Amino acid sequence: MNIQAAITIYKFEMARFRRTIFQSLVAPIITTSLYFVVFGAAIGSKIETINGVSYGSFIVPGLIMLYLMTESINNAAFGIYFPKFVGSIFEVLSAPVSSLEATVGYVGAAASKSTIIGLMIFLTSNLFVTHDIKYPLVMAIFIILTAITFSLFGFIIGIWAQNWEKLSIIPTLLVTPLVFLGGSFYSIDMLPEFWQKVSLLNPVFYLISGFRWSFFGTSEIPIALSIVAILSFMAICLAVIAIIFKTGYRLRT
Amino acid sequence: MKSQISIENVSKVFGGHKALNNVSLEIKEGEIFALLGPNGAGKTTLISAICGLCMQSSGNIKVNNFDTLTHYKETRNQIGLVPQELPLDGFESVYNSCQFSRGLFGLKDSRDHIEKILKTLSLFDKRDEQIFGLSGGMKRRLLIAKALAHEPKILFLDEPTAGVDVSLRRDIWKLIEDQKKMGVTIILTTHYIEEAEQLADRVGIINSGEIILVKEKTALMSEFSKKTTFIRLSKKLKNPSFMKKNKKISLTENGMTLKLVGINNKSNELQSIVNLLSQNGIAFTEINTVDNSLEDIFLDLVETQ
Repeated sequence: MNIQAAITIYKFEMARFRRTIFQSLVAPIITTSLYFVVFGAAIGSKIETINGVSYGSFIVPGLIMLYLMTESINNAAFGIYFPKFVGSIFEVLSAPVSSLEATVGYVGAAASKSTIIGLMIFLTSNLFVTHDIKYPLVMAIFIILTAITFSLFGFIIGIWAQNWEKLSIIPTLLVTPLVFLGGSFYSIDMLPEFWQKVSLLNPVFYLISGFRWSFFGTSEIPIALSIVAILSFMAICLAVIAIIFKTGYRLRT
Repeated sequence: MKSQISIENVSKVFGGHKALNNVSLEIKEGEIFALLGPNGAGKTTLISAICGLCMQSSGNIKVNNFDTLTHYKETRNQIGLVPQELPLDGFESVYNSCQFSRGLFGLKDSRDHIEKILKTLSLFDKRDEQIFGLSGGMKRRLLIAKALAHEPKILFLDEPTAGVDVSLRRDIWKLIEDQKKMGVTIILTTHYIEEAEQLADRVGIINSGEIILVKEKTALMSEFSKKTTFIRLSKKLKNPSFMKKNKKISLTENGMTLKLVGINNKSNELQSIVNLLSQNGIAFTEINTVDNSLEDIFLDLVETQ
């Protein structure tokens, strides 16, 4: 196995992150702070506790998930789309690099970047609310699984996209609404019964719910179901990537 | 010389268009092979198929007996590719970009090797600069440096001197010759026939996706050689009768020069024409004979196909 190639791609992508570290980290921190000011302090003070958790603390897992998912997708999609766009992808395609090694390099870097951003948001949240994490190990597993899975998804989008518009269309028009409607900022118990049932069709709901369980020990659905949901999505993404590399879809002519 | 790349009956179809049509070709170890052809002939497609950038629709390609599809790691490990365009990540530094290329081939950082290449290509002073800041010529040299970063045994150069100035072209030619001396097999596509004439050991001509000729350059030049002789006359001439009998003779430069194309030295054709001039009382001041170039041969072959 050409491990050095995977490391090389990983380091190359992380170097890109370092070049833009200010913009990569400061923007999410400022936005998170605004969420806490608006939802946590201004609106949250009018909302009673949810399952015994203050509203400010309740939205922390949702906010982390929001960034984790969107940043994973964006970083992974850009990571593979940019070399396609400028043509430098020829280097990876003509090198002795397997699909697994390329995926580990690109997806690993994207997942690392989004995990760092997720942790920064978690640290920022500590400035506004105090909370104990009930199951830190489960929280870490959820962060890592979510970052990897959505980076895989972003990687697929980056390969599929043929222009900048397509690159942003799925994150903007599909993922962000799913995350917002997946209970990031509310419990689905607060919704009318019909919309509660609709929410159960949203795959992101299972991830946010499971992640929230690791914080507070309570959630709307069993934790096992959340883990099955994320592992299933990961398996689907891996299968799609395997097909992409086997057929050379939008990579090799 | 043993065969290093073996291409057997390779075809590539894009949509309904056959970019490569049953191409078979052998590239020998240590040679410089020039692949010539007009735009859209299939040169880049053939290189892409060998290097793994595109998958052939049918046929086999082997590099040192390894199949490019089933043993792609073994084949790609031996190959360095300099593409036709300038596809570079402009935000990266020159050194890191070369290091990236080397790392993809499973090799650890070798500052000495990369710096040596950068010095050879006069890029050492630019090693820490972002690629965006480089001129077009420097970017082309960087692509060569990147292709050499993993010390390949086979080097593909897809129009390496397109759009570069004369001085840089000479530098690149020297680098190609140096690589050959080091035992690297070089496959070169070019629009500059002069380049192939200068560098190549063998020449292949491809047109409409088909290889129409492969020959040693010297054999090709000698087989298709046609001499053109110019006889500068002392006074203007109007279609003399002896010209009408010989289609190889024409008048140029307002009747001041006789042009004789493809005359046969063995049958003393030139002597006969000089005799004819004397018999007709036509004096001349100069006789000049030139061999036709590879470019003429290339154009003849492509046009007559």
